[in-house]
Amino acid sequence: MSTKIIEINALTRRFGDLIACNNLTLAVERGEIFGLLGANGAGKTTAIKMLTTLLPPTSGNAFVAGYDILHHASDVRRVIGYVPQLLSADSTLTGYENLLIFAKLYDIPHHERNQRIQDVLSFMDLEEESKRLVRTYSGGMIRRLEIAQSLLHRPKVLFLDEPTIGLDPLARIAVGELIADMRNNYGATIFMTTHLMEEADLLCDRVAIMHQGKIAALGSPAELKSAIGKEDSTLEDVFVHFAGSNLESESDYHDYRETQRTRRTARRLG
Amino acid sequence: MKSAPISIINFFRKSLVIVELEVRKMRHDPTELIMRAVQPVLWLLLFGEVFAQTRAIPTGNIRYLDFLAPGILAQSVLFIAIFGGMSIIWERDLGIIHKFLASPTPRGALALGKALSGAARGLTQAIVVYIIAFLIDVKLNWNPLALLGVVIAIILGATLFSAFSLIIAFLVRTRERFMGIGQVLTMPFFFASNAIYPISIMPPWLQVVAHGNPLTYEVDALRALMLENSTSIYGLGMDFIVLILCTIILITICTYLYPRAAT
Repeated sequence: MSTKIIEINALTRRFGDLIACNNLTLAVERGEIFGLLGANGAGKTTAIKMLTTLLPPTSGNAFVAGYDILHHASDVRRVIGYVPQLLSADSTLTGYENLLIFAKLYDIPHHERNQRIQDVLSFMDLEEESKRLVRTYSGGMIRRLEIAQSLLHRPKVLFLDEPTIGLDPLARIAVGELIADMRNNYGATIFMTTHLMEEADLLCDRVAIMHQGKIAALGSPAELKSAIGKEDSTLEDVFVHFAGSNLESESDYHDYRETQRTRRTARRLG
Repeated sequence: MKSAPISIINFFRKSLVIVELEVRKMRHDPTELIMRAVQPVLWLLLFGEVFAQTRAIPTGNIRYLDFLAPGILAQSVLFIAIFGGMSIIWERDLGIIHKFLASPTPRGALALGKALSGAARGLTQAIVVYIIAFLIDVKLNWNPLALLGVVIAIILGATLFSAFSLIIAFLVRTRERFMGIGQVLTMPFFFASNAIYPISIMPPWLQVVAHGNPLTYEVDALRALMLENSTSIYGLGMDFIVLILCTIILITICTYLYPRAAT
């Protein structure tokens, strides 16, 4: 059995003239925490949407847990968990109901359902709040609930799109710790995007720096730091080195709308 | 590969999970349903009572209020269904829809489930209309089979117009545009139908439009099933065939448009 749980081959997505994701090729090892880094508009979300079968690629292909995203999309969906960047828990339901609905959608057998829900609730430390409407939750609690939802069916690969965006520093640290625990407790491979360098440095075994739809650098945080040959450099320096000094990519896709959404997410979480 | 019968059972089971989700939301916050219920009450008690006095509308051997009750039921189901698509725009903006689409739920089950939850909301309106109709002495048919027919007609009508609403929502993509279009579309559906007057009094061109309007067949079925001494103009078989065909077509379009909401 191959140790590569995600294999991406020349994955490309165009939106009109813009190439949001350009010839992306990389592989992720089983059990890894892999970080995709980049500025807003670098193509991270486009890449994750293609891998989670939400967006069809213009060309290229990828295999997730051995399944082809183009031809076996429903098999891919069965073995992945996905936490979108945007808020995905339903605020008009209780935390428990959010979990119950997904347990049913993922065909978790009736007799196991409650146990699984209790497990993820206790893992995410949400047992006491589970009967409350999600509308009353704090940003960090909502994120934990969303991660709990994505763990119910014990996915082989968990995709987290900017898991800490909009969270206050304490909640960010808590979610970061949970990400590490998830790999250890559930044995899931984690594929996450972030634009926070320190977060990637702390959590990820390997990172890829994406810039204008392409991979600019790939390796462990330590490797990348030593590659630029500057003493006590940070991942921030690495990013500037490989992605140029302009933090905002010029190729921002749907600039205003994305910003609006990010802000709205941040506001609701905060 | 799963066998076809298992896939079909799975499809309907998943649709019902989506309905369950929507029913749970309604239970937490029934405000919308209560507000919506005001409208049929006003139509029957104010509009209905006044027009019944004028005796201007030929309704054959039944009273105008009796004629009106099934029309108002169909109307309130239409209104509640046609604004149902709004929630999908909301869910898309938030990101809820992305998580559903990344789950192994069949796309068609997501579409059907959403549309069927419009039927759940529509049935709450039926209870209100029946209570008012009973109070104003409409000659209701309490035969259990007829009642079952009413429930099926409401489910079909609500699912059909909810699916239509979802299609609009997927195409216009913003809440503002959706509200505008929703308002513009509900009135023609309502007035170019037999809901509050018989088609026979319409000018010929409008009669043609009314015959192409699925609401006409829903009202025709409801009028035959709800009232004690009323019959269907087009035949119940025809009514249900039109409703079922329209529902299938619209759900199919929805299924095709649904995944595009996440891109």
